[in-house]
Amino acid sequence: MKHSLYLGAALSCVFLFAALISFLWTPYDHTALDIPSRLQGPNKAHWLGTDHFGRDILSMLMVGARTSLAVALVSVGIGMCIGVPLGLWAAARKGGWADEIIMRTNDLIFAFPSLVIAILITSIMGAGATNAILAIGIFNIPVFARVARGAALPIWEREFILAARVAGKGPVRISQEHILPNILNLLIVQGTIQFSLGILAEAGLSYVGLGAQPPTPSWGRMLADAQTLVAIAPHIALMPGVAIILTVLGLNLMGDGLRDYLDPKLRVSRA
Amino acid sequence: MLRYTLKRLLSLIVSLLAASVVIFLLIEIAPGDPASFMLGVNARPDTLAALQAELGLDVPKWQRYLNWIGGMVTGDFGTSYQYRTPVAQMVADRLWVSLPLALFALVLSTVIALPAGIFAAARRGQAGDIAVMGATQLGVAIPNFWFAMMLVLVFAINLGWFSAGGFAGWDQGLFAGLKSLTLPAVALALPQAAILARVMRSALLDVLGEDFMRSARAKGLTERQALWRHGLRNALIPVLTILGLQFAFLIAGGIIIEQVFYLPGLGRLIFQSISARDLIVVESVVMLLVFAVIMVNFIVDLAYAAVDPRLRLRT
Repeated sequence: MKHSLYLGAALSCVFLFAALISFLWTPYDHTALDIPSRLQGPNKAHWLGTDHFGRDILSMLMVGARTSLAVALVSVGIGMCIGVPLGLWAAARKGGWADEIIMRTNDLIFAFPSLVIAILITSIMGAGATNAILAIGIFNIPVFARVARGAALPIWEREFILAARVAGKGPVRISQEHILPNILNLLIVQGTIQFSLGILAEAGLSYVGLGAQPPTPSWGRMLADAQTLVAIAPHIALMPGVAIILTVLGLNLMGDGLRDYLDPKLRVSRA
Repeated sequence: MLRYTLKRLLSLIVSLLAASVVIFLLIEIAPGDPASFMLGVNARPDTLAALQAELGLDVPKWQRYLNWIGGMVTGDFGTSYQYRTPVAQMVADRLWVSLPLALFALVLSTVIALPAGIFAAARRGQAGDIAVMGATQLGVAIPNFWFAMMLVLVFAINLGWFSAGGFAGWDQGLFAGLKSLTLPAVALALPQAAILARVMRSALLDVLGEDFMRSARAKGLTERQALWRHGLRNALIPVLTILGLQFAFLIAGGIIIEQVFYLPGLGRLIFQSISARDLIVVESVVMLLVFAVIMVNFIVDLAYAAVDPRLRLRT
């Protein structure tokens, strides 16, 4: 299972570096139009070919990686920063009204069709990367709340928590100092999964025109532009798709690998 | 069981009410009033007021909420601002595309996923298992709308077996209708199948470690017999839950796929209504979708409790 961790981490790093390098250098200016050399297949001058405006696809993919990764990363951050404290609070007050309200609200959010609501939010509040982050982030909150609560509950039963309570620590300090460090592994694993889902969601939103707006390139919108040209120049549709698949695949493999690596019990039962 | 059912029923009603409030508020914060959106910026104030009255927009918000929710309960989902037709009628028309599409995709994903999951579980750790798991990793990583484009490229443009988009209509015959739903259903089924295969495999692996499986082997059943007679039946419970939820989500989950294939389904209706600020349609359709998911959850919970009495004690 270690192979999947390494392979996943390597794949994720490739795209992370591509995004970072794009701040300093891209083969071409990703906004530069070059109509005479439009719709070229992969060749020596343009490694991944050019689109219908003659823009270099590799450069657009590199800059687009920033958008995808940033949107997904910040929406995971939103989910974690709000969801984890809520989950910890619910666990600390297990069976109380706070627990009940938090968990029922969670169930409720899960019942909403997330993609439809994300489309609704972005079209009401205006298309753009910020609103896409919000729309995706909202649905990350219940995920992290549930994971945090589920992982925290058994820890509350442990003896060292009893010791901390006897020492006079309140639920907030116990959650911070004892519960959180013990559930961090699970949260990181869940984080990589939500990260990959965020990349898919961002691609979907920009595909329907509700993600990052031009001239900021995004993988989803590159696919939307490619749709009518797929018969003449399949590579325009192929390249961004492969980029999305490899990134998501890398993150998922890394998540699975991390889970197995961090939890030796799983290696036995689910190998 | 009665006590448990009543408790769940109460929580069902509270959930539905809360969901309706959330949806209503979400729509209400949308800037722009539908009447002025329809009439444009040059509309005369009296025309605007008349249209607002006609659409029922001239009453206070809380009353509008009550009118809407009261209507939903009695099957009156309101009237589309844009088309002036009852929303219920529009939904019914679109369901004739979305429901068969969701069912088609579900059947496809089940037919692929269950054998694949069982195959992988039975060969745990061997080459076959690794191959199936690798395929499912790929399946969940592929954006379905991109897969849809590739299907169009190969099967519609290059091979010419299917049309690239549009819906033939059921009046053209069952075959023509199913044919135009085939590529969209395959595109929708792929990620679902990948998830389902993983659930099937891990559920079966969990069951294989149970004591009753050892007993089944001890009484003389072969590995294969034990798997089919005892393992599979018990492993199907989580699989069925996921199937139920996938169906509820597939009805709306086609929203982007329906865009790719220009299918006149429920997803496309929502999308077009959002763009046209036909918010009453969005409101009612989203409520119906949420209702479907909450109902599926409710039924699954009751079914679990009926099978497993221990669950009735928990909330």
